Amino acid sequence: MRLEGKRLIWQDYQKEIADDHYFYARSCIRQTFFPGAEAIFMRILKEELGKDIHDEQHHTSCTGIGYHSDVVPFDTTMTVVARQFALMTEAGYENYAASCVTSFGLYTEILDTWNHFPETEAKIREYLFKATGREFNKPRNLAHASDIVYKLRHQIAAKAKYKLVDKKTGNPLKVVEHIGCHYSKMFPHKGIGGAEYPYVLSGMIEAWGGEVIDYPERRHCCGFGFRQYIVQANRGFSLSCSKKKFDSMEPYEPDMIITNCPGCPMFLDRWQYALSEMEGKTYGKNKQGIPVFTYEEVAGMIMGYDPWEIGLQVHQVPAEPLLDKIGIPYDPLQKFTGKQGQYLGIPESPSYLKFYADQQNTEVIK
Amino acid sequence: MERKSINFGYAIVQDRQIDFDANKHEICRAVAVAEPTLNLCISCGTCAATCSAGLFTDFSLRKVILLLKRGETEGLLKEVSKCMLCGKCQLVCPRNVSTRNLVIQISKALINGKP
Repeated sequence: MRLEGKRLIWQDYQKEIADDHYFYARSCIRQTFFPGAEAIFMRILKEELGKDIHDEQHHTSCTGIGYHSDVVPFDTTMTVVARQFALMTEAGYENYAASCVTSFGLYTEILDTWNHFPETEAKIREYLFKATGREFNKPRNLAHASDIVYKLRHQIAAKAKYKLVDKKTGNPLKVVEHIGCHYSKMFPHKGIGGAEYPYVLSGMIEAWGGEVIDYPERRHCCGFGFRQYIVQANRGFSLSCSKKKFDSMEPYEPDMIITNCPGCPMFLDRWQYALSEMEGKTYGKNKQGIPVFTYEEVAGMIMGYDPWEIGLQVHQVPAEPLLDKIGIPYDPLQKFTGKQGQYLGIPESPSYLKFYADQQNTEVIK
Repeated sequence: MERKSINFGYAIVQDRQIDFDANKHEICRAVAVAEPTLNLCISCGTCAATCSAGLFTDFSLRKVILLLKRGETEGLLKEVSKCMLCGKCQLVCPRNVSTRNLVIQISKALINGKP
């Protein structure tokens, strides 16, 4: 990979990211897909780096999924988003941090719409006031949570216990970075590095010791595409997109995939199971698949957090081979143990994809 | 124990990506040696527009040449056999490609592996 030219492009697409005092808007789906991700983000920012971040309990979905599926009109979406901005204003914050890439894209789209059509903004302010009695200020700074982690990546690296390095050989791990489409493909200047060569995750990988893989279908969509998976008959398109990416990255033997979107890790992870069950095809060495993580999970891993505390057991593709490779300790006995120490039971084993559960030890837990 | 594949209610769509590295280019190279005017073709489609066979079937010499150059030779023999060798395309070709001989050489190469 020749970085010189790409670095020139990255330099053209830089954005301002607030230093502190964030209003955090969670994703409506990430907490079920990868439940540890947002908690790690909060923990790192609050406990490790001493930042002020407000976790608002009254905010709702941004309606992005409904909007992109054509079931929620744009006016409704804008009014819902205006309410989120009102909550931010009431909480005394000016820097809006979105956990979700779809939300981030939608907020960007709405702010841009209001910039070009002030009368639309006035109409939405009226709708919101009539419906809820609320008023709002627009965010002074809008960032995706991955922008903030990108900004703090060197501080995280300084506190990290581990690096993205093979413990045995000392070589950097080969990492595939996958950026959610709505992060910068719609508004390239709102993402770090633009749409063609977004640097937000590459920067983290480099700072944390890994090596970024440049493969042909790097910028291809993961296949999430709302209307593709919501309609069952269309779901094959979604799966085919992911397969195209896996086939393209396979020869480069990646150790892991890092993503910054709610849907991408979900589909890149779960579709590996679906592909194996439909065609018997598995990726990675020893049928273990290519593990897929959110950037927060990777940050948590290198910070030395307990892998089961940050939710790595809910991944379909097992994380254990990668944890072993980096040298992160974990207790196999605790994999299927709940927060209160209760035994949760072992999920059904996939037919082809490797599954890690210490049967003998699990018997002991029972 | 091998388990049966699961039907989730959707299928994997076959990729339409053209993989030039994996395709057969030796047929095209051999035809170009036997009929060098192949290299003059600019894919303008005049041949296909005037084609007698093309009036009644979906035959297109332009498409045949395109597939040949891409190395996508599967099913090409059946396609090229639709040509009646009338030679009208040769009369109208702005690049003076010897299209009649080209069709013969493509058939030969596909049947024998070389012209």
